[in-house]
Amino acid sequence: MKLYCLSGHPTLPCNVLKFKSTTIMLDCGLDMNSTLNFLPLPLVQSPRLSNLPGWSLKDGNAFLDKTELIDLSTVDVILISNYHCMMALPYITEHTGFTGTVYATEPSVQIGRLLMEELVNFIERVPKAQSASLWKNKDIQRLLPSPLKDAVEVSTWRRCYTMQEVNSALSKIQLVGYSQKIELFGAVQVTPLSSGYALGSSNWIIQSHYEKVSYVSGSSLLTTHPQPMDQASLKNSDVLILTGLTQIPTANPDSMVGEFCSNLALTVRNGGNVLVPCYPSGVIYDLLECLYQYIDSAGLSSIPFYFISPVANSSLEFSQIFAEWLCHNKQTKVYLPEPPFPHAELIQTNKLKHYPSIHGDFSNDFRQPCVVFTGHPSLRFGDVVHFMELWGKSSLNTVIFTEPDFSYLEALAPYQPLAMKCIYCPIDTRLNFIQVSKLLKEVQPLHVVCPEQYTQPPPAQSHRIDLMIDCQPPAMSYRRAEVLALPFKRRYEKIEIMPELADSLVPMEIKPGVSLATVSAVLHTKDNKHILQPPPRPAQPTGGKKRKRASDDIPDCKVLKPLLSGSIPVEQFVQTLEKHGFSDIKVEDTAKGHIVLLQEAETLIQIEEDSTHIICDNDEMLRVRLRDLVLKFLQKF
Amino acid sequence: MDPECSRLLPALCAVLADPRQPVADDTCLEKLLDWFTAVTEAGSSLLLLQENPCLVELLFHVLKSQDLSSRILSFSLRLAGIFAAQEDCFQYLQQGELLPMLFGEVGPLGGAAWTAPAVRSGWIQGLRTLAQHPSALHFLAACGAVDTIFSLQGDPSLFVASAAGQLLVHILDLAMRGPAEGRRSPQACDWPACAQKIVGHIEDSLCSTAIPQVTQALSVLTTAFGHCHGLWTQGLWVRLSPLVARLLEKDPVPASHSLVDLLLSVARSAPSSDRGLWETLAQTLSHLSPTQAGPLALGILKLQDCPQALRTQAFGILLQPLACVLEAAAQAPGPPGLLEGAAADSMMVDTLLSSKSACVGLLCCALAHLGLLQPLPQRPSPWPQAPLLGAAVTTLRLCSGSAAPTSDVGGRLCAILVGCGRVQRAALDFLGALSQGTGPQELVTQVFSVLLEYLVSPESSSMVLKKAFQATLRWLLSSPKTPGCCDLDPHTQLFLRELLPVLQKRLCSPCWEVRDSGLEFLTQMTRHWGGQAGFRQALLASEVPELTKQLLRDPESYVRASAVTATGQLSSWGLCATPASPECPGAQQESLLVELLHILSTDSEGFPRRAVMQVFTEWLRDGHADVAEDAERFVAGVLQAASRDLDWEVRAQGLELALVFLEQLLGQRSSHCPYAVALPETAPPGVLDQALQVLCRVQLFEFAFRALFDCDRPVAQKSCDLLLFLRAKAAPCGSSQEAGDSPNVASVEATLQRWQAGEQGQPLGYLEPGAVVALLRSIDLEGLRDTLAESSDHVEKSPQSLLQDMLAAVGVLGENEADCY
Repeated sequence: MKLYCLSGHPTLPCNVLKFKSTTIMLDCGLDMNSTLNFLPLPLVQSPRLSNLPGWSLKDGNAFLDKTELIDLSTVDVILISNYHCMMALPYITEHTGFTGTVYATEPSVQIGRLLMEELVNFIERVPKAQSASLWKNKDIQRLLPSPLKDAVEVSTWRRCYTMQEVNSALSKIQLVGYSQKIELFGAVQVTPLSSGYALGSSNWIIQSHYEKVSYVSGSSLLTTHPQPMDQASLKNSDVLILTGLTQIPTANPDSMVGEFCSNLALTVRNGGNVLVPCYPSGVIYDLLECLYQYIDSAGLSSIPFYFISPVANSSLEFSQIFAEWLCHNKQTKVYLPEPPFPHAELIQTNKLKHYPSIHGDFSNDFRQPCVVFTGHPSLRFGDVVHFMELWGKSSLNTVIFTEPDFSYLEALAPYQPLAMKCIYCPIDTRLNFIQVSKLLKEVQPLHVVCPEQYTQPPPAQSHRIDLMIDCQPPAMSYRRAEVLALPFKRRYEKIEIMPELADSLVPMEIKPGVSLATVSAVLHTKDNKHILQPPPRPAQPTGGKKRKRASDDIPDCKVLKPLLSGSIPVEQFVQTLEKHGFSDIKVEDTAKGHIVLLQEAETLIQIEEDSTHIICDNDEMLRVRLRDLVLKFLQKF
Repeated sequence: MDPECSRLLPALCAVLADPRQPVADDTCLEKLLDWFTAVTEAGSSLLLLQENPCLVELLFHVLKSQDLSSRILSFSLRLAGIFAAQEDCFQYLQQGELLPMLFGEVGPLGGAAWTAPAVRSGWIQGLRTLAQHPSALHFLAACGAVDTIFSLQGDPSLFVASAAGQLLVHILDLAMRGPAEGRRSPQACDWPACAQKIVGHIEDSLCSTAIPQVTQALSVLTTAFGHCHGLWTQGLWVRLSPLVARLLEKDPVPASHSLVDLLLSVARSAPSSDRGLWETLAQTLSHLSPTQAGPLALGILKLQDCPQALRTQAFGILLQPLACVLEAAAQAPGPPGLLEGAAADSMMVDTLLSSKSACVGLLCCALAHLGLLQPLPQRPSPWPQAPLLGAAVTTLRLCSGSAAPTSDVGGRLCAILVGCGRVQRAALDFLGALSQGTGPQELVTQVFSVLLEYLVSPESSSMVLKKAFQATLRWLLSSPKTPGCCDLDPHTQLFLRELLPVLQKRLCSPCWEVRDSGLEFLTQMTRHWGGQAGFRQALLASEVPELTKQLLRDPESYVRASAVTATGQLSSWGLCATPASPECPGAQQESLLVELLHILSTDSEGFPRRAVMQVFTEWLRDGHADVAEDAERFVAGVLQAASRDLDWEVRAQGLELALVFLEQLLGQRSSHCPYAVALPETAPPGVLDQALQVLCRVQLFEFAFRALFDCDRPVAQKSCDLLLFLRAKAAPCGSSQEAGDSPNVASVEATLQRWQAGEQGQPLGYLEPGAVVALLRSIDLEGLRDTLAESSDHVEKSPQSLLQDMLAAVGVLGENEADCY
């Protein structure tokens, strides 16, 4: 069993597991940090950005973080754990010869589609007049200014995919539900479990009859909107692959939400605007819910909230229809019937308005001070670029970063100098290290495999030994482009017996609860299933044709010696010998058993735990007699 | 006993003795016992029993009856104890063999009723009251009660077990007191048999291997040394101390908590010359584990006189956990002996790192103990202020994760403590306590920076934040003034500039507790610094005043109340909200007054309204500019709103405000005690007439008279005091005496009578000053004050009423005469 680690990003994993002749890709996250090396793509021509000295506007795109570690066309299936971890899907399904199936839950697919659609839309709506790629040449890259010249594997950076590729990739997905068992080639069974992190987010169990691998990715134990995490099913795993822990282990999501609300209120009360760069799904639902409870008490009911994204409408509506994937509280609301999320009420009362982009209706409705939620959190493309340019100059305004995926300082770099206040309240509901250690104590896997980042404290806080995984035996760590041999051996395989063969068996009870039977059969192996079938009947001798030895053809059918079991009680055996006329018998105890000496016959019977030897010189008759007496004490089958 | 009670008593005894009657509730039985105690204390019990034979009959009946409830049985045992406490009555009851039957082995002791804890408890309490005279001691010895008490020490009911221990001490004390007391030797030979038996039992228990036994013995001794002050206790300690010392040789020390209690109890009562005791204490300190030794060390340090060496040792123990923290977090191996005499030993380090709960418990105790010691006059000297400050700051940094210890122990300590709210709270409290002392400037800077870190951090919980605000306030207020300059020193100025934006953010927190503690902090800071130019400048430059004003409309009533207090305080110092527009200066202020009045008359919760009344009273007292402008209109408006309020505290505060107004008109009261209205100087007639006119115009009398008959006693009392004060000022003045007979007065009196009867619907109408003076004379204010001074249930508390109630409850009295209360 091997694990090929294609991504070094702990929260955007991409691993390939080879297990019992299947090749399973676990997630395909897209690390978009490389976009931070590019200038923002403004929706409105920005004289400031386009007139920057030196390097002119480049193609800002999304990029794939993969290596040639494995031939991706050999991947049989891809298991998706949540919508953030499927953003590289088109790169894999469309350009590698991939012919397999992708498994994901319905919300993951639908929201994943929204995220991809938004990404493509953001990139495509600002087509570039020119595109440059010469800089990817290593010799030229070396000459570039600092962060660029140090960027790794620039040659593997790719252009953003198109909507066509997205559609094609998504068409290869097969929808699954929690706890649904999916057979892969008869060899392994995969099952998605609720992971509590996002709508439809899952952990996966990959198991055969005798082995169980759990894949934990992006899980949360907090009570937010999704269904709670299913921990019990992760028990008794041989290997637990652990990825997707919180990226900000020192920030408690509750405190961050409090901080978010305080800063938002403070800004708006002073007449400033608040910009929240965010993804169109996920934490935004929880933020809107908190604001719903907070705005009245904070006296902000007259402040408009704008949500601007090409997929804003679909995202808000989708969230309301996935009732079965929601936490219990929200599920019960559906039966009242009420919309599970309170943002429905915010929209109804006109407190929250959503628009596909800043063009059109939005420009008419726009009122300040206001709060704007829009993408992309990298601040490199999307409507957020416009607002950064618009509001950046006033210290009354505030940008609040809630997504932990990007370094906010790097994201802000192209907008400097900036008068606007910047607040960093990363909200990451995924497991923290305390929760992980509780989880591991609870489910007790034999081995834990995780990204190397989790096995040591964060580099900036090397004294925080509480910010690492602490388990016994120590977790195995992996890094990008490594292949791990997972530390367990397969010892058993399940074999089925055909009914007619089973009928012919005569089990004998050797000791209470244990019965044995000999089997003669043909082992038939196909599609990873092993079946014992009755041996073919001996062929009828045909015609007068003589055969030299019938047994040549059917070696299986030769008469077998019975198998023996049991032990020989020495005293009774001696009595039997005496009854049969042997006299002058001596018994000696040895380290391993007994030796029965028939002095008269000059014969020696060695009785040990697992063997009996009769040693007599050239008296075959005597040996056979003695053998038969020995056999009387043993069971045969 | 009054005849009416004597008349009711037989019926009551019959009810109590009748198992078919529902038993009166426990409270009634307790009240009955209290009454009997009072009666027997006042007179002879023997006489009481002779005059009321039904009582003895009840006791006999209880013994015979099989199916009485355990409560009645318990009651009877205690009742018998009360009677037998007097020796002649004891003999009387002995003649009838009643006492052995109640308390001896033939009584409930052997029966099924004994399984009820109430009965066992009644038995013990009965004996406890009974054991007052030598005859009782003989009786106890004769009926073998002491052995039963021994066994009850391990009773499953904690109340019974504890009472058994106390009874033993009581018996011991009774036996050992007396003429021979001072001469008793520590050896047992001349001790009374009863005392010998008890001490022998304690000795056996102390030597026992069973920890519960040891604990029982120790707690009996603790009670003995704590409550008995006879000389014999010294002899007892001489005799038992070797056994106690032997406990220390065991590992682990058994029943360490009880041992600590005992040693402290002995140390408090023993003469300071007892060297053996100090040695035992020193030995105990070194034998106990760090967690167990803490309370002992604190107790030792609180003792008035105790050897310096022992104090040093005890202080070292309290300091040790903090020394560990300091040492572990030191960047480089620091200079040794930061906290002198408290080098971090390995046992302490092991305890700290053994588990999170051990570490947190130990640190919290150490911080709390040191915090308690800090203000005491007998605190150790020299007090290591600087290292303690350092340790508190380091602990807080470890908890917040901002410390970066390089040592292995430091790293593990950090992992245990990070995010731990309990330690954070304890350390912040301690840090606040340390503000009373001074420290090197560098450390003080660190203190302020760690406080700011906590105030800023989003990870600080609301409780931690509250403590951080409190500690910050204490440090700010204790920061030294620059000599020769009355303004804040530059460090504080700088800190304020960083603090106010944080406060601003906290006032916007979604968590109401945070908003509330932010406002409280602001109020306190303004109260102390409202006049400091530096503070005023910084505050006015920030948005804090504006935000505070917005919080007057907060959805949480506590926050609204705090916002009212804060804006009131800000306004007193002229710091409220944005400056008024140039066209109408004062418009802003007036709107605050209007807004507060609006809260007073419309807010649905009591807290904000009470806060408004307090602010108004303060404004009036301090002569707030807007109030002083037209005080009459102001007082009239406030009293009108307050008189309608459903919350009695608001009405009471209204009277407080009225009193302030009165004093401003008529001069101070001579005494500040509200119940003492002693010979005030009368006001000159001209002033008085004018004042009365004003008071009538603001309808203060209507308010006060209404309050006089308020259903809430404190309001009525306050009003009574106010009117008495007014009458004293006005009484000798005869200018309006003739108004007493006017029809106006008569109708007002009639209205007042209706008010007193509870019909307060009718208004009083406009009162002439003359009528007021007449009224003040005609109402029996003194009488009213005396009535009000009685507790509200004084009528219902009489024994007669109690007996009637109990009888009425079972329907023995023909008509239901029970008081409804």
